[in-house]
Amino acid sequence: MKSLRRTPLAPDALDATDRAILNRMQDGLSLCPHPFAALAAELDLDEDALITRIKALREIGAITRFGPFYDAEAMGGAFCLCAMEVPANRFEDVVTLVNAHPEVAHNYERTHRLNMWFVLACERPDQIRQTADRIERETGLPVLLFPKEHEFFIGFRVTA
Amino acid sequence: MTTTAIPTAAIDRRIIAATTGGLPLTPAPFAEVADWLGLTEDIVIERMAAMQASGIIRRVALAPNHYALGLVANGMSVWDVDEARALDLGAQVGALEFVSHCYLRPRAPGWPYDLFAMIHGHSRDEVEILRAQIAALLGSDCRSSDILYSTRILKKTGLRLIEGGQ
Repeated sequence: MKSLRRTPLAPDALDATDRAILNRMQDGLSLCPHPFAALAAELDLDEDALITRIKALREIGAITRFGPFYDAEAMGGAFCLCAMEVPANRFEDVVTLVNAHPEVAHNYERTHRLNMWFVLACERPDQIRQTADRIERETGLPVLLFPKEHEFFIGFRVTA
Repeated sequence: MTTTAIPTAAIDRRIIAATTGGLPLTPAPFAEVADWLGLTEDIVIERMAAMQASGIIRRVALAPNHYALGLVANGMSVWDVDEARALDLGAQVGALEFVSHCYLRPRAPGWPYDLFAMIHGHSRDEVEILRAQIAALLGSDCRSSDILYSTRILKKTGLRLIEGGQ
């Protein structure tokens, strides 16, 4: 898998049709045998031209993926945002200890006294606390748990 | 109306495992997934529609690369919002077009914030302007706030499938 591009594309990298594709396709596609065909008509393209453009957009790193967005929680499993205050002189060692746990899905360094933020993904809810306890024992540092209490509907779309 | 002997949950797990990386970019992507799994196109579409109806699939769509499109700055804004108003205010913040995630989470010692909203912008200056818009929206219902910028990705794995059923 290619690593994620983290720099902006040149301003002329996308034409108006590319932008229309990026804007329209963030909304859901219909689940039917030829999902691109109806969409292509909407964008005044033919099916093959649309698919070719999506492939090119993927190639230049304008899109990260195309497909179903799964709700990990709806599939079963437990997730929890966690934070730690890690002394600067121990930061790299603690990164190694924390990341060694397969339950740690994402981990970010952030600008705050609580400078390490990660997500635990476990099969069962009780394993969240157990994993956090293990990380506390291994690092000697407290792990704060910030479980999701309510998730708000999101209308976020990137305008290309 | 599944006509196969394989239990639905097992079929769903195989479809999920085959498509977490995405769908093939071909005219009939569900037929190709069906080929991979030895299923029919009808079954794949039927099961994915059922998963969408039950919320396991949020939508089938394209994910733009925020960075490539210029949204290179993001900050986790956090707010200490009055409990009685948190559900109402959170819904308003989540509906803002520049907020990509919005949650209520418990407070902790030394951490008075209960509302978390991820803000995306073209620069930190823009993120700060957007943050001020949220502050204006919350008004006196917010006692204090902060914003945490990510300075480094320390680990990022894809969705880890929970194997082996329940």
